[in-house]
Amino acid sequence: MKTVSLTIDGKKITARPGEKLLRVALENSIYIPNLCAIRDKPEPSASCRLCFVEIEGGEEPVTACTIDVTEGMVVNTRGEKALALVRAGFELLMASHALDCAHCPANGNCELQKIARHLKASLKTKRLRLLLRELPIDDSNPLFTYDPNKCVLCGRCVWVCRQNIKSGVFGFAHRGFERVMTTFADEPIGADRCLDCSQCVEVCPTGALSFKEGKRPSTEDG
Amino acid sequence: MKVIKQTTAAAAFHEIKERAESHWRELWHDKPVIMVGTATCGRAAGAPDVLQAFRDEVKKRKLDCPVIEVGCMGHCYAEPIVIISKPGYPPICYGYVNPVIAERLVKEFILGDNPCPEFVIGALEANDLLPSFDDFPRAQHEQKIILKNCGHIDPTEIEHYIAGGGYNALAKTLGTKPEDIVEEVKRSGLRGRGGAGFPVGRKWQYCREAPGRTKYIICNADEGDPGAFMDRSILESDPHSVIEGMIIAGYAIGARYGYIYIRAEYPLAVERIQIALKQAKKLNLLGNHILGSSFNFDIILFHGSGAFVCGEATALAASIEGKPGTPRPKPPRMTAAGLFGKPTVVNNVKTLAFIPLIIRNGTEWFTGTGTKNSPGTAVFALAGKIVNTGLVEVPMGTTLRQIIFEVGSGIPKGKKFKAVQIGGPSGGCLPESALDLPVDFDSLQEVGAIMGSGGMVVLDEDDCMVEIARYFLEFTQRESCGKCTFCRLGTKQMLEVLNDFTMGKGAMEDIDSLERLAGEVKAGSLCGLGQTAPNPILTTLRYFRDEYEAHIELGKCPALMCQHLIAYYILPDKCERSCDACVGSCTVEAISPNKKRIKVIDQTQCVKCGTCLAACPPQYNAIVKLSPPSEVPAK
Repeated sequence: MKTVSLTIDGKKITARPGEKLLRVALENSIYIPNLCAIRDKPEPSASCRLCFVEIEGGEEPVTACTIDVTEGMVVNTRGEKALALVRAGFELLMASHALDCAHCPANGNCELQKIARHLKASLKTKRLRLLLRELPIDDSNPLFTYDPNKCVLCGRCVWVCRQNIKSGVFGFAHRGFERVMTTFADEPIGADRCLDCSQCVEVCPTGALSFKEGKRPSTEDG
Repeated sequence: MKVIKQTTAAAAFHEIKERAESHWRELWHDKPVIMVGTATCGRAAGAPDVLQAFRDEVKKRKLDCPVIEVGCMGHCYAEPIVIISKPGYPPICYGYVNPVIAERLVKEFILGDNPCPEFVIGALEANDLLPSFDDFPRAQHEQKIILKNCGHIDPTEIEHYIAGGGYNALAKTLGTKPEDIVEEVKRSGLRGRGGAGFPVGRKWQYCREAPGRTKYIICNADEGDPGAFMDRSILESDPHSVIEGMIIAGYAIGARYGYIYIRAEYPLAVERIQIALKQAKKLNLLGNHILGSSFNFDIILFHGSGAFVCGEATALAASIEGKPGTPRPKPPRMTAAGLFGKPTVVNNVKTLAFIPLIIRNGTEWFTGTGTKNSPGTAVFALAGKIVNTGLVEVPMGTTLRQIIFEVGSGIPKGKKFKAVQIGGPSGGCLPESALDLPVDFDSLQEVGAIMGSGGMVVLDEDDCMVEIARYFLEFTQRESCGKCTFCRLGTKQMLEVLNDFTMGKGAMEDIDSLERLAGEVKAGSLCGLGQTAPNPILTTLRYFRDEYEAHIELGKCPALMCQHLIAYYILPDKCERSCDACVGSCTVEAISPNKKRIKVIDQTQCVKCGTCLAACPPQYNAIVKLSPPSEVPAK
């Protein structure tokens, strides 16, 4: 099969042409911060704006999730300009994230914590103001809880619910800062449309969708 | 352009044209005609009553005098506008017409011989009797190409458009190879009038050459910038020019269907486009086998539901597809995978209106106007603090000073010019020093603004630049779709900072961090909305940084606009003892006379509504605004 070879952070890599740069990097153990990327989704949503990298010959940083790998491409994931944008995006997210790691079920298994470590950034932003919305928590589902205040609007749950379950319990509503991941007409998740498959919880990168005490499938099995 | 042969299309069109021309001649034959401007601007000013008054009067007196509705000729400040054409006189344009004036015009001008010069704005042709539009300073700069028909034909009569040369270009197109049409548009150098100025011919070529049999042409009529109304006016006043442009575009790129994505908030434009589509179809200018050729094309009208972001091409396509109107990353470009995944061209209303004219008159004619890299004319909607509010069309390369001061007649009430906001929420505020800039796509980019689709809001000394930036940020924050991090959260963060500034809160270093964040939102956002949303902040910071500093350091709003930073004060030596106008006007009873009957405002009660200032009779002029509020002298 035809392949292309490229360089990411000095590491020589071969990949299938047409693959997205983010995917190639992650598969080769080069971490690039990302939240909205979904392995099987053909079109990237490119909404979290955290996977900025620099490509030799290009003036401005680009999002790795939207770029097809090409022969001879030289990528720097640690460029000054790119990292500045990633940090800014991360700070914006954290400034509107109800930060409470100690009591958060995702503590230790949270993408935001991982990104903070990667960027050597604090979880608390100093330069931006804290803008929280204090939305009500939905714990109507028997298996899991939805806390919109921890949601980063990555859309993974929306996609997995529509794609795998064809049920489409979740969707986005409202515009601008008011945008929220919710259900049709804001009905409780626990109402009859949800099949309790809890795949949405599995894909959630933060503690927004989390299993209730003792409801995590692995713990049940074990 | 090579014409293959005298086609059946040309023959079929010849017949249609003859009929239209005789219809048009008959309308004007030996009788007066009254034309009432009933576009949205005219209607808002009372045109329906004027129209009715003319009709009643003509009927009552049993006159052979058609009263027809026309669109907007751009002089929106003088609406309702009426043009009367009477044999023996040049066509005369009247402004600020009301039903009483209408009655008089019929009595004295239609029946008698008095053209009532007191109501005249100008004659449309040079003559010995009345001043004509050509004598106005603005005539030196204005050059109407796509606005030529606006206000002069009945937009609901396809014959009027055809009699003026309309659909000639379509007939010509159908006898030409599609590639040659694309080539012609490319050669003309026409750039997209939606804002970014992308070369139209190149876009068409990409789409034409893209693989696949199904292609679409979309007319973007989702005009949403505050203060912009160019597209609405064209759709209301000359809808066929846009439809003809679309059919030609469809032929050139190989599309079977076109969409007009129009704002539902433009009901009159929707209605007039609907009528126009029906008429075009009836004359076989749309539909199957157009003018007997093998070309089939139909146009579908799609109503946008009021999201500003849907003016962005990918969000617009998503919206037509029935999905949420949010943008997607590019590439793939629309010309590769657009509407329903098919190659698609999205062109602005004005862009499409240029097309028939370029095809009809040739590229040399078109490139004869404007600048080298931005040929043709630019249409601007003049709004804000300007005498002649309305639509103007000037060659690219005209300076801002000429547009504002000569075409627009400058700032009302003798106030001082401060800035001009170009390009809507994506554009920037340019100061006095930029006034001599020749306006085209590239020059505006250099100074931090964009051409945008043509909104031009003029600001005077009473406008606070921090508040202007805040206003536009509030708009973009509300209209952001919220999909991407930078636009959703970045605009909100910036808005919060600006809200504080207008209240005198914040520290000087907040200005720098605002500037930094603005740069990040510009670089990090997914689509054009977020990438340009910081422009109002960046340009006001660039040109009016001192105003930001005054707000923060001194708690002072130099323009006396920001409510929190001003106080109303009655000057004791100017206040007239016997006058109580302000006391009666105050909505919260905060004003009372002291022992000497001089009026005093209780600052703790005052809600700063400004009614007292308006109520104080001009001969006293005793009420002033002070900033910061601590300027108010203690008793």
